[in-house]
Amino acid sequence: MSATRMRFLSPRNLRLVHRAPRDFLGACSGRQPGGPSCSTSLTSPHSVSSHMCRALSSLTSSRRGLPKEKMSENGISRPKVLTLDTMNPTVKMVEYAVRGPIVQRAVELERELSEGIEKPFAEVIKANIGDAHAMGQQPITFFRQVLALCSYPELLNDNTFPEDAKNRARRILQSCGGSSLGAYSPSQGIDSVRQDVANYIERRDGGVPCDPENIYLTTGASDGIVTMLKLLVCGQGIDRTGVMISIPQYPLYSAALAELGAVQINYYLDEENCWSMDINELQRAVNEARQHCHPRALCIINPGNPTGQVQSRQCIEDVIRFAAKERLFLMADEVYQDNVYAEGCQFHSFKKVLFEMGPEYSETVELASFHSTSKCYMGECGFRGGYMEVINMDDDVKFQLTKLVSVRLCAPVPGQALMDLVVNPPQPGEPSYNSFIKERTATLSALAEKAKLTEQILNTVPGIRCNPVQGAMYSFPRITIPQKAIQEALEKGQQPDMFYCMKMLEETGICLVPGSGFGQREGTYHFRMTILPPIDKLKILLNKVKEFHQKFTQQYS
Amino acid sequence: TAEVEANAVVWGSGQTHLMTGVKKPYTELIDVTWGDPQGAGLKPLTFARQVLAACLYPKLLNNERLPADVRQRAEGLLHECHGGSVGSYTDLPGIPQVARQISEFISRRDGGVPSDPDHILISPGGGGGGVRSGVLTPQPSYSLSVMSVVGLGGVPVPYQLWEEQGWEVQVEELNRALEAAEGECDPVALYVINPGNPSGHVQRRKSIQDVIKFASEKRLFLLADEVYQDCIYKENIEFLSYKRVLAEMGPPFCDTVELASFHSASKGLLGECGFRGGYVELVNMDPAVMKHVFTIFSKDNAPTPGQIALSVMASPPQPGDPSYPLYRTVNNVRKVHEVLNSLPGVSSHPVEGGAFAFPRIDLPPKAIQKAKDLGMEPDIFYCLRLLEDAGLFFTPGCEYGQKDGTYHVRYAKKRFHVEYKDLNTKIKQYYFSLAGFAS
Repeated sequence: MSATRMRFLSPRNLRLVHRAPRDFLGACSGRQPGGPSCSTSLTSPHSVSSHMCRALSSLTSSRRGLPKEKMSENGISRPKVLTLDTMNPTVKMVEYAVRGPIVQRAVELERELSEGIEKPFAEVIKANIGDAHAMGQQPITFFRQVLALCSYPELLNDNTFPEDAKNRARRILQSCGGSSLGAYSPSQGIDSVRQDVANYIERRDGGVPCDPENIYLTTGASDGIVTMLKLLVCGQGIDRTGVMISIPQYPLYSAALAELGAVQINYYLDEENCWSMDINELQRAVNEARQHCHPRALCIINPGNPTGQVQSRQCIEDVIRFAAKERLFLMADEVYQDNVYAEGCQFHSFKKVLFEMGPEYSETVELASFHSTSKCYMGECGFRGGYMEVINMDDDVKFQLTKLVSVRLCAPVPGQALMDLVVNPPQPGEPSYNSFIKERTATLSALAEKAKLTEQILNTVPGIRCNPVQGAMYSFPRITIPQKAIQEALEKGQQPDMFYCMKMLEETGICLVPGSGFGQREGTYHFRMTILPPIDKLKILLNKVKEFHQKFTQQYS
Repeated sequence: TAEVEANAVVWGSGQTHLMTGVKKPYTELIDVTWGDPQGAGLKPLTFARQVLAACLYPKLLNNERLPADVRQRAEGLLHECHGGSVGSYTDLPGIPQVARQISEFISRRDGGVPSDPDHILISPGGGGGGVRSGVLTPQPSYSLSVMSVVGLGGVPVPYQLWEEQGWEVQVEELNRALEAAEGECDPVALYVINPGNPSGHVQRRKSIQDVIKFASEKRLFLLADEVYQDCIYKENIEFLSYKRVLAEMGPPFCDTVELASFHSASKGLLGECGFRGGYVELVNMDPAVMKHVFTIFSKDNAPTPGQIALSVMASPPQPGDPSYPLYRTVNNVRKVHEVLNSLPGVSSHPVEGGAFAFPRIDLPPKAIQKAKDLGMEPDIFYCLRLLEDAGLFFTPGCEYGQKDGTYHVRYAKKRFHVEYKDLNTKIKQYYFSLAGFAS
């Protein structure tokens, strides 16, 4: 380990205490006595419409029949402590399109349908969120069996459960406090699970060693990503941390950066070349960013979300060289690592490539890789299972990281148990092996089929151009929106693709996310649609989209 | 705070250092540091785990060895999960049935004060709401709450809880703290924890009213951490929630004081710390702000097993249900005998609630000196010796904050797989051996 190797993520460069945290309480700007007055009446009924702007429940309308006065006794309405003006301004900038306004409208429509209100569609199809089970994907039987056994160990006496599931369950429970999933685990995660994760990574990466001490079990990958971003953000003014993110990107990144008050540095993926990364574009972005901030990190999602591109090995090497040269901390979001469909595409982990590039890089480039139980063939989003591996992190910073994760106590233990199964699935010869392989193959090949189908059908529509869906779970086709529609959208104060998607929702019941939620080149429009619905439903969906697009184009020509 | 953090870290590394298989004069480490009931040997609620297992592996819905109410509950929950699977994301604020059950639970608990399910957000663990600016925080207090405030860029403004006054919140002290903060930061919130950690004090109605009035007058957002509300041990004491007291105070307070109350499935009867299930109820929050709160929460799905635990917590088996008889027997919780109090040099207020006791230890001057020579806090030294020599794992009071010159230890009151006799004997033996060391 060379003495000249300098860590750019050293304790000197970071502060855990920084200015713009996630919160819903007031900013330091001083309270305004003349702030917005309480707008709710004491007798407001409970509203059943959308989450937003609900009437507040009245604390005086208890069954004891306390008097229901409209205002306080002296008739003056009292301004709140916590208002839009006094709350943390960065929180107001946070948007998360995947569950944003269009989804809220979709939920409303679902409610209206269930109340019998007539619509031009029989059901709302939520093709907005990467939630496989919600769309009918089946969980892996073995995983659920083991988790059930761990939850209710009495079932270890039940002979309908296979022996290998029971053995796994016993092993997991043994490593839990009090032999229970309900006890806290160490903050970094259950030791034996971290060991299993390390073994998995070593096998996956052809023997590149993995130290379990570098593994942190997290609440989904999002938790790990946000934690790392918290560590990275510091400085003021021109020294403020800048974080490079791909455009289009998964909006967790932009939301987290907004909340943390970091500078978002956009680098565009190349739509003409199947959304690949272009080093020249990375260079342009970082050069320009240096004029107003201090770039410290580069985030990559591979396979990509929303774009689905699977980076080539060469590309990954180029990115690593770039990061080394520009002194950037690499964040590799690899949650879709098993979701690779296209011929000639293969998943290459950043870590493996890094180590194969030799000590000049493998001993210096700082990297955090993220994985999760939510995607791939498991689709277990609800468990919030995940891990991150940190490579070449400064020891003092690692100490701070360990301290930081201890504040949230621990990641959910059922999720940790599930992650253990993902990295340590049934082996050949074990009773559950055959059915496990069968289920996994079926799920992944169905996804591959749907990826192909999506690309095919959408490309038959004039005005829609869909890049091959090489991996992940989404298509991100480009749509041509007629000028008249753009005009109407702007008049309504809406992004044109939001306008388009809202119309599609109202007319077909299909819920997609407009490209503006992910970022796109100026003047281009897209939407993101998952490939998750069962294939028959997907065909119907794609054809409805086709119909709608043609009608919409016609209507606004 | 930096010192507290440093001590916590020393302590933390002390913990790991000792797990290395070195030969010791004891065979088992008795860990009373965590408020982790199941880690300490508490068996989880059968009903809760049966429901969870059936939700995880729905084939069990046809298994007649599971009681009917279990299967019904699981079926109901699965019905409200997308795709009928607990593996899906849940919408805000969580599985609808669970949010409803929680609001009904709150209302029952609070003698009928209504609770709107739309103002309940289910979160991973009862930690919740970050803060910026100044937050009044109690001292002594659970270090992680202070660390959360610090880690989020906030400034903790400590207000003392005086041992001589039974660890009760004193309004004059709140005033003093607020005044001391002038110029340092802009206090925007008041954090209270009831029942207390580590003190175990349970606030009475008048005290809660005084705090509410103070918050109202000084325009502070109230954060009420009530995760130990089901841990009340003293007879004739009732847990009163901040929400209930606020509602029963009538206008103007009930419609104006802004409050966030936190609860969790980690403590009490459920003790499901590992599931990370908690919720926050928002009262009198500006609707426009609430919209942003929902956006923040929308990025952070609460884990489904945690939501299932909350469902059972909010809506446990009822008389007449097949699982009720078994559920009923769990309420028989063994209490720790306050043997520490019978030792010379140890004193403690009667523990009313919460999960811990926080007795004061009068350390012999020689022990204090020895600690200082080693460059560590005397109570850390004491706890390290207790650990090394007797295999007893307590936490030192300096981690929570204590009056200068006083020393405390915190220990969890419930031990389930260790005979109290053994624990008490060991403590006695050790104490006297320490006295021997000191003389």
